[in-house]
Amino acid sequence: MGEKKTTKKKKVPQWASFFPDFIIERDPEKCINCRICVKECSYGAHIWNAKKKELSEDHTKCVGCHRCEAMCPTRAIVIRRNPSEFREHAVWTPWFIKNVYKQADQGGVLLTSTGCAVPFRNYFDHLVLDACQVTNPPIDPLREPMELRTYLGPKPDALEVEIKDGRFRLKEPLPRQIKLEVPIMFAAMSYGAISLHVHQGLARAARDLGTLYNTGEGGLHASLYEYGSNTIVQCASGRFGLHVDYLNAGVAIEIKIGQGAKPGIGGHLPGEKVTEEISKTRMIPVGADAISPAPHHDIYSIEDLRGLIFALKEATEYKKLVFVKIAAVHNVAAIASGIVRAGADVVVIDGLKGGTGAAPTMFRDYIGIPIELAVAAVDQRLREEGIRNRASLVASGGIRSSADVIKLIALGADAVYIGTPALIACGCTMCQHCFTGKCPWGIATNNPELIKRLPPEVAYEKIYNLVHGWAHEMKEMLGAMGLNSIESLRANRDKLRAVGLTETEMKILGVKHAGE
Amino acid sequence: MATEIDAKDIHYRDLNRLLRAKIEEGEREFLLRNINGQRYIAAGVSEKVRLEIYGTPGLDLGAFMRGPEIIVHGNTQDGTGNTMDEGKIVVHGMAGDVLGYAMRGGKIHVYSDVGYRVGIHMKAYMDKVPVIVIGGKAGDFLGEYMAGGIIILLGMFSRYPERPIAGIYLGTGMHGGTIYVRGQVSETQLGLGLKPHKLTEEDEALLRKHLSEYCEDFNLDLEEIMKEPFIKIEPYTHRPYGKLYAY
Ligand code: SF4
Ligand code: SF4
Repeated sequence: MGEKKTTKKKKVPQWASFFPDFIIERDPEKCINCRICVKECSYGAHIWNAKKKELSEDHTKCVGCHRCEAMCPTRAIVIRRNPSEFREHAVWTPWFIKNVYKQADQGGVLLTSTGCAVPFRNYFDHLVLDACQVTNPPIDPLREPMELRTYLGPKPDALEVEIKDGRFRLKEPLPRQIKLEVPIMFAAMSYGAISLHVHQGLARAARDLGTLYNTGEGGLHASLYEYGSNTIVQCASGRFGLHVDYLNAGVAIEIKIGQGAKPGIGGHLPGEKVTEEISKTRMIPVGADAISPAPHHDIYSIEDLRGLIFALKEATEYKKLVFVKIAAVHNVAAIASGIVRAGADVVVIDGLKGGTGAAPTMFRDYIGIPIELAVAAVDQRLREEGIRNRASLVASGGIRSSADVIKLIALGADAVYIGTPALIACGCTMCQHCFTGKCPWGIATNNPELIKRLPPEVAYEKIYNLVHGWAHEMKEMLGAMGLNSIESLRANRDKLRAVGLTETEMKILGVKHAGE
Repeated sequence: MATEIDAKDIHYRDLNRLLRAKIEEGEREFLLRNINGQRYIAAGVSEKVRLEIYGTPGLDLGAFMRGPEIIVHGNTQDGTGNTMDEGKIVVHGMAGDVLGYAMRGGKIHVYSDVGYRVGIHMKAYMDKVPVIVIGGKAGDFLGEYMAGGIIILLGMFSRYPERPIAGIYLGTGMHGGTIYVRGQVSETQLGLGLKPHKLTEEDEALLRKHLSEYCEDFNLDLEEIMKEPFIKIEPYTHRPYGKLYAY
């Protein structure tokens, strides 16, 4: 491509700035000029004119995070969708028009955050669960033991038992397993993408809930080494902050090949976000771009993947489980089979709806396949090949509730990862601007002033509460189905029925239609 | 006295277990004979041990290691010094692909040629500056995505006199660190946006420092190497993605 010749003479209008997404409404009756909104808005949308002693708004800067609205002591502010409307057009919706404006103005790649925002069919919402009636009794989890405990790791092809001193014993020791008290883990979110306080909250919540959190690829902050037995460390293509102590810090190492929000590309933490503290954990200079290449350059094949899996196992003396995480893409079942054969202990599949701190919009919205279909296809394929027991299956991407978790397990997952729900529990309003690093809720930021808005204790409590609630709901749902352990639900697709799905969809999911 | 291990017919897992057990016992010097493709030798080892290896070590020699000094009398396969942290690897022969991938500290000296994608995504932090010196020629993508550290390419002791000193895409995507090349390299070999630069006095001093250590390892004459002028390749920006996005 040739270089652009810029017109210097006239000021070029910026189309995008003419049509803000949101309107900041301030009720002059209620406003007491306290200027809290000015301080709270990290985007500078509230402006105080000291001379005139007046507040004004720059609507174009508002990203719709609702922070000012929530913090205004007199509730004088309401953030609304800009009511100004373009003429209706089913194809050229304001979203597409405004995206073209942005790119015509700035000439770059559209960037966004969170997970896929396109209303593709959400399979979770087309699956319903079974419950016992008359012929078999439901179980009440408040009165009978109900087990959510899940073990991750390879299971032997067969168990050989012998009687020793009058007691049954396993002939061979079981391969190493990780015990989860609840099959919900926290997905990889790096320190850098989210604040240290959120990391601390996740780590503590994971410990108290008996589950794991994942460091993401940003290395491990010194204050988090104490949570080792609830930690998964990540080895991504950038290999940031990756050294022997880090590899040995957790109970598992996750090789990140791909991510549902942006399959096929790496990532980068822009230099602006590489602060002093982050530079220490990532082990790169302050202000330098931290670039993770699209592939691991030592992995171009399943054989190479095996090379890295065993390099990590050797380096940690076989004391850690190795997870391999991929994005759900077209041939996910065949790829997952290769990953199991390469020696991974756990295969992680992250679907189309998986979130991110920053991804090109086109990738977030259009690349990859939904997790529901991917999990069903992978579980089925591994069973057909007789290797399902050799690795555990973790699913993620688009989980919003405990019912979604239950459905993924019924489709074949052993456990799930959640990311976005944990952040929403911390107060995230899904403004989808995490990539700016200015999160006014103190979540997706490392600005020393902003992170104070979410202390680690608050993050801990909210995240703990959420999973605690979900766990109880899951027990209730299991009980209603007459099951007393999550084990009995795994890949038990008979507990699911489809509503309004096509034959093909039902075949892939391995479920019958409601009424059948 | 170095502990001698005859590695003939020993699987890598057993070999590494044995090595680690001996290190645990306090042994610090090892002589490994008949190494023939065993992978991951000294992977993740954090002690300052010295290993002399006779034969051809397999994949990922010294991966993630922090401290050991490894001398290989022979060639090495792919992934030598993968993500290594500290220590030194000296190869008295050739080395395969992705040598020193994401290396963060320490040194790798190779007497002769290296394969593709060598030194990619090397990085430096504070006083940790990894160095790779290659006596022969290099394949494509040398120093790709380089974020820090030093690569010195001599092109002198190659088995392939007919080949250019480095393959294509030399330093492509680099956003930190320096690559020094002895003699000239055609601009068509370089990654997008890169140009060869002249050396400053500081560069000269740095080169001399690293190359004199290299010469000691292989018993070479520093002045002979320095006879020919070097060029250096540096990133044209430290923020390659700075202007990529529209919000
Ligand atoms: S960006 Fe957030 S804090 Fe700022 S005006 Fe908009 S809603 Fe309020
Ligand atoms: S984490 Fe913060 S920036 Fe990201 S979507 Fe939530 S509120 Fe917005």
